[in-house]
Amino acid sequence: MGFLDIDNTTKSYGAVEVLHKVDISVEEGEFLVLVGPSGCGKSTLLNMIAGLEDISSGEIRIKDQVMNGVHPSKRNIAMVFQSYALYPNMTVGQNITFGLEMHGTPKPEREKAMKDVASLLQIEQLLDRKPGALSGGQRQRVAMGRALVRDPDVFLFDEPLSNLDAKLRVDMRTEIKKLHQKLGTTIVYVTHDQIEAMTLSTRIAVMYGGYVQQLGTPQEIYDSPANVFVATFMGSPAMNVVPAKVAVEGGKPVAVVTLHDGSSVALPFSQDNMAAWDGRDIMLGIRPETITDEDAADRNSANIARMTNRIIVTEPAGSDTFVTMTLGGKDVIARMRSDADVRPGADFAFAVNMEKAVAFDPETEMRIAP
Amino acid sequence: MSVASQDTAIRTGRVTRALIYLVLLLFALFYMLPLYVMVVNSVKPLDEITGGGMMNLPQAFTLEPWAKAWSSAQIGVDPTGLAPYFWNSIKMVVPAVVISTVLGALNGYVLTKWRFRGDTILFGLMLFACFIPFQIVLIPMARMLGMMGMAGTTWGLVLVHVVYGIGFTTLYFRNYYAVFPMELIRAAQIDGAGFFQIFWRILLPSSGPIAVVSIIWQFTNIWNDFLFGASFAGADSQPMTVALNNLVQSSTGVKEYNVHFAGAILAALPTLLVYIVAGRYFVRGLMAGSVKG
Repeated sequence: MGFLDIDNTTKSYGAVEVLHKVDISVEEGEFLVLVGPSGCGKSTLLNMIAGLEDISSGEIRIKDQVMNGVHPSKRNIAMVFQSYALYPNMTVGQNITFGLEMHGTPKPEREKAMKDVASLLQIEQLLDRKPGALSGGQRQRVAMGRALVRDPDVFLFDEPLSNLDAKLRVDMRTEIKKLHQKLGTTIVYVTHDQIEAMTLSTRIAVMYGGYVQQLGTPQEIYDSPANVFVATFMGSPAMNVVPAKVAVEGGKPVAVVTLHDGSSVALPFSQDNMAAWDGRDIMLGIRPETITDEDAADRNSANIARMTNRIIVTEPAGSDTFVTMTLGGKDVIARMRSDADVRPGADFAFAVNMEKAVAFDPETEMRIAP
Repeated sequence: MSVASQDTAIRTGRVTRALIYLVLLLFALFYMLPLYVMVVNSVKPLDEITGGGMMNLPQAFTLEPWAKAWSSAQIGVDPTGLAPYFWNSIKMVVPAVVISTVLGALNGYVLTKWRFRGDTILFGLMLFACFIPFQIVLIPMARMLGMMGMAGTTWGLVLVHVVYGIGFTTLYFRNYYAVFPMELIRAAQIDGAGFFQIFWRILLPSSGPIAVVSIIWQFTNIWNDFLFGASFAGADSQPMTVALNNLVQSSTGVKEYNVHFAGAILAALPTLLVYIVAGRYFVRGLMAGSVKG
């Protein structure tokens, strides 16, 4: 029994099922991020927790209380919306206390709660203004204030940062994380931004096509993706997935990958069980940062493979330089040090950290477990 | 680029401009002419009009016709002037406008934020009300008012105008609320606001422009209505328009044109006032909701 239980919950519109048997248990104080591309059902799931959408089957429980059919205002939740949804006709102060007023909290208590929240979020000087006179970041703060003042069991965030410009988004992200560490509240947070998901969460549910593809800590999701979708969705630039053939050389399994000129290179696996795939096709997943030059290769890794391949494009990005090459007939990106001596059109000796490489079954696109 | 933009910039010559202003001036004069005739003749003694000087400015300025039209002209059988009928109209128009606007707002709220099966069909049917000619409903309406015991009363007229106006007000508010963010309603629901609390506290305070449109539209239509007033009003609930007709059409005695002109202006004054006070919101409100964002 968790603090918030989503128990075999489905959502259908008529005959169309858009969420399939979602099963997530959230502990008290956890920061769960639902991440996925648009249309994956993450916002629908959030709205079901909020009570804004019906639950077609299964159960949602908060503190062991079944929430199916319970009105949103009686679930002791608070929600921050993508558009902030501040009431345009009320001042910031009225916006923050509206929920308390509706729940019949006496005025002196409302005032005190408002003052506390305003000082926590540093918006005291804005209390008499209308939302229309606030900047995006200020509105964001007010929206969070409105949620905080209720002191709810669960906070729900629906893509709260996607309306902010890039710099402010990073600032507010830190802000939200600080707030979570300070207050220790339980949060369910929806985003399509995998970086937000990685940085904020204690656990991530990657969703696609109405299914939870994988549920785990950010590190688990990143290092051991359950399938090709999770592997390529999480991480920027995305994980390179290239076709390879498994062979056994000297008793050790290797992945044979074609280079730009049609010749091939054997990259030894760290996982011995790959020998069982001898002679079969697989998809090899390599993160961009695990392809480097010799000097920058991970010294703690016991399995660095070498290959010489031609550089097609280089993209200096200040801290790193992204290098594109052809591997297995596909464009593959490597993340290099910015001072690596890379030139387009030149052959270069790459070091691949095969300890971090993952293999997928090309039929099911599921990861071949080590 | 700057060369090209200079070439394509709209530049009108002086002659063209003068011509445009001339045409505009002529149109303005043409449209103002009736008002001019009404105003100058309403402040003339009668003999100046009957003497044939319709277009002349008054030689002897007098407000006598206005006073007479307001308080002592013969309307029907009593020399009461238009004053009591003016108040009859106010007593009818104000509740009718308020009720139909509030109901329209409620309908718009339900049709956009509390969608139900068949809501678009229902809205389509309500739109029909905008296209039904007045004359068709006269007899059934008279029968219904009779059955409800409201025949010949001001409240009967209020009911008729509310029923007739709801189609329009619903149309206005529905289209306005259609682009009102659903997230605000959901936020209010989570905050614990109920159906009417959301309506009064969130939606209505944000409905200024469209409320002005609805009020102007309803006020003008109801104030200017003659047919329903003439058909359903009793002797003591006749509106201004009917009284004006009785004043002008009276077949006894001398036709006092100056009094008629003054009475006609009196009858038109309230709608004029509403337009002057709220007119600039009218177009703004009509445009609101038509363009997203």
